[in-house]
Amino acid sequence: MPNILMPALSPTMEEGKLAKWLKNVGDMVKSGDVIAEIETDKATMEVEAVDEGPLSAILVPAGTENVKVNTPIAVIGEADAAPAPKAAVAAPAVEAVVTAPAVVTATIAPDTDIPEGTEMVSMTVREAIRAAMSEEMRADPDVFLMGEEVGQYQGAYKISQGMLDEFGPQRVIDTPITEHGFTGLAVGAAFAGLKPIVEFMTFNFAMQAIDHIINSAAKTLYMSGGQMGCPIVFRGANGAAARVAAQHSQDYAAWYGAIPGLKVVMPYTAADAKGLMKAAIRDPNPVVFLENEILYGKSFDVPKLDDWVVPIGKARIHRAGKHVTIVAFGIGMTYAIAAADKLAAEGIEAEIIDLRTIRPMDIATIVESVKKTNRCVCVEEGYPQFSVTSELAAQIMTHAFDYLDAPVARVAGKDVPMPYAANLEKLALPNADEVVQAAKAVLYV
Amino acid sequence: MAVKSAYITRKLSKAEKAEKSNLTNSGFTVEEELQAYKEMLLIRRFEEKAGQLYGMGFIGGFCHLYIGQEAVVVGMQMAQKEGDQVITSYRDHGHMLACGMDPKGVMAELTGRRGGLSKGKGGSMLLFSREKQFFGGHGIVGAQVPLGAGLAFANKYRGNDHVSVAYFGDGAANQGQVYETFNMASIWKLPCIFIIENNRYAMGTAATRSTANAEQLGARGAAFGIPFEQVDGMDVRAVKEAADRAVEHCRAGEGPYILEMMTYRYRGHSMSDPAKYRSKEEVQKMREEHDPIEQVKARILNGKLATEDELKKIDADIRVIVTEAAEFAQNDPEPDASELYTDIYVNG
Repeated sequence: MPNILMPALSPTMEEGKLAKWLKNVGDMVKSGDVIAEIETDKATMEVEAVDEGPLSAILVPAGTENVKVNTPIAVIGEADAAPAPKAAVAAPAVEAVVTAPAVVTATIAPDTDIPEGTEMVSMTVREAIRAAMSEEMRADPDVFLMGEEVGQYQGAYKISQGMLDEFGPQRVIDTPITEHGFTGLAVGAAFAGLKPIVEFMTFNFAMQAIDHIINSAAKTLYMSGGQMGCPIVFRGANGAAARVAAQHSQDYAAWYGAIPGLKVVMPYTAADAKGLMKAAIRDPNPVVFLENEILYGKSFDVPKLDDWVVPIGKARIHRAGKHVTIVAFGIGMTYAIAAADKLAAEGIEAEIIDLRTIRPMDIATIVESVKKTNRCVCVEEGYPQFSVTSELAAQIMTHAFDYLDAPVARVAGKDVPMPYAANLEKLALPNADEVVQAAKAVLYV
Repeated sequence: MAVKSAYITRKLSKAEKAEKSNLTNSGFTVEEELQAYKEMLLIRRFEEKAGQLYGMGFIGGFCHLYIGQEAVVVGMQMAQKEGDQVITSYRDHGHMLACGMDPKGVMAELTGRRGGLSKGKGGSMLLFSREKQFFGGHGIVGAQVPLGAGLAFANKYRGNDHVSVAYFGDGAANQGQVYETFNMASIWKLPCIFIIENNRYAMGTAATRSTANAEQLGARGAAFGIPFEQVDGMDVRAVKEAADRAVEHCRAGEGPYILEMMTYRYRGHSMSDPAKYRSKEEVQKMREEHDPIEQVKARILNGKLATEDELKKIDADIRVIVTEAAEFAQNDPEPDASELYTDIYVNG
């Protein structure tokens, strides 16, 4: 009797919610019948049957959350025994697959920007970005969101879910697939004083629009002698997702970080995503806000404040330590944190700095840390040449040379287009062990 | 002088004649004829002076002159009202003067001086005036088209009745972003007038060599359901009349409108262009038979709307404005070195 397994319905899906069964035990199922609805982090999808026969058991009841991909969810075929005992036998399996959401529990150094005694709420990065945009849109009628599938589809990555209902089609605007055109149009609207948020489904597609981001948005204030600013946010998923290969897996932090006139933000935690998004929308300059598809579903504590704003251009000590400084940002933080845990087990205390903003870069906070640890490892997922970490290394050399006991080490993505095969993709990305090795190298242990 | 126009004067109704007491046989009032004459002549003299200053080394880099095309922007501007936005490419001096920007500030920008409208940081191609709602001045061919639609988007978002006028050339008409913009402007009914200034040459490449169906560039809007007209862009009356229709259409919320202005630039693409791709006879023929300024001048004199002496006085006044602008632009100091690091970010 074939088992029906929980299907993977997006490149980054690891688990999902079994929202609804459309067949009951005992129903005849034909190939192509829709048997269930599954809610992923991106959308609600229908599951069609491949095998035919009576539905003899439902192993995961409707409403179960966090069902891992490949978990058996039902059985199709002639029942050898009565359906009832089968369901009963399957029951423990249900509990087994219901796991807690991935809450990041690593020690996070107390954020000095959060008032003492502030209540914290758990929130995903996705919810944090949505909350920030919605709060700013409620506060300022000049703020609007435009991009592909942001409205009726509810967002390709569900970031804008529900926003069309709240703000209407005048302010949550579905665009044609025309990045070059709609980016130019949004920049023109910003010249006229509106405050657009432009969502790129991913930043890979923003290369079609990069002329307007750089030549029109970033440079106009300067070339107009200060007359014409461009208050706009360009945001969307950036960097590698999972198994989407070379054209859909690239980190643009260094590209935009090179341009005077742009501010570039790349948060890791949900608290920073929310606070920095609100700062980006209020900023009178063009801000490139780099998100990450893999981080969207991760939960973090976010301060429950009416107006939680994180200043652009300020790094945050994520974890205090005295032996080595690890500077990371965005998803690079996951490698830094995992490495710090491993190092801690060996008695090495790493200080992790979450850069948060790529441009302007908070070199002062890094230099202060390096003065204490005398050793530094910089981590990113982007290509290694002409990268954010190469800039960090140069800056640290310039400003903290006399404090360094070892050359600055860098851990970056490999110098290759992203491969598709799972093993090669893994090799192309950085990992915690590489960060551990780099830390040990600068510590000479 | 045998200037002629393809424009056919409409038969005016009695009601129209009664409404405009000063209406001449040409379709313009006396004031309109004189206004068009003055504004086109200012652009012509300004551009001649800019060409001269370039030759003397006061203006650097690229310098794209508008001589020959004056009727397009002047006729358009006559149909617009205060608060309507204008955006164009790098051939922008005429548009700025027509928008009412200070000739001294424009010329000083061309010479890269601190009194330039962009403080000397933009140059000939990159000039702006928030006060006059002139949004540039853009150096990337075609970029101003979606930007202009964005200005129109802001008008619609705010619910006002302003229109945005986005100028581009026959060369830019082959850029993909123009059609991405036509599509969005049409589906969102943006109050945007797209002006194709068809001067027949994209730098040195004749439209007939670079462009499919080059006889009617405006017709490309038909694929997006945008109405278009082909206009004699050498006759300011024809421009103004078409502009009136386009403006009315946009203000009424009917969406975008395309006007293809058939025009001609007498000078090269930029100052460094020897213009070997066309014959001297071709240029001479346009100058002698279709010059936009001579057309108005002939109408004014033939219709006895002003005397020869009165026109000479206008000419002299304009020469004073242009001379003063050139003197200011040559004597104004260069920007202070500290300006290198200002205006990169707002508030910092």
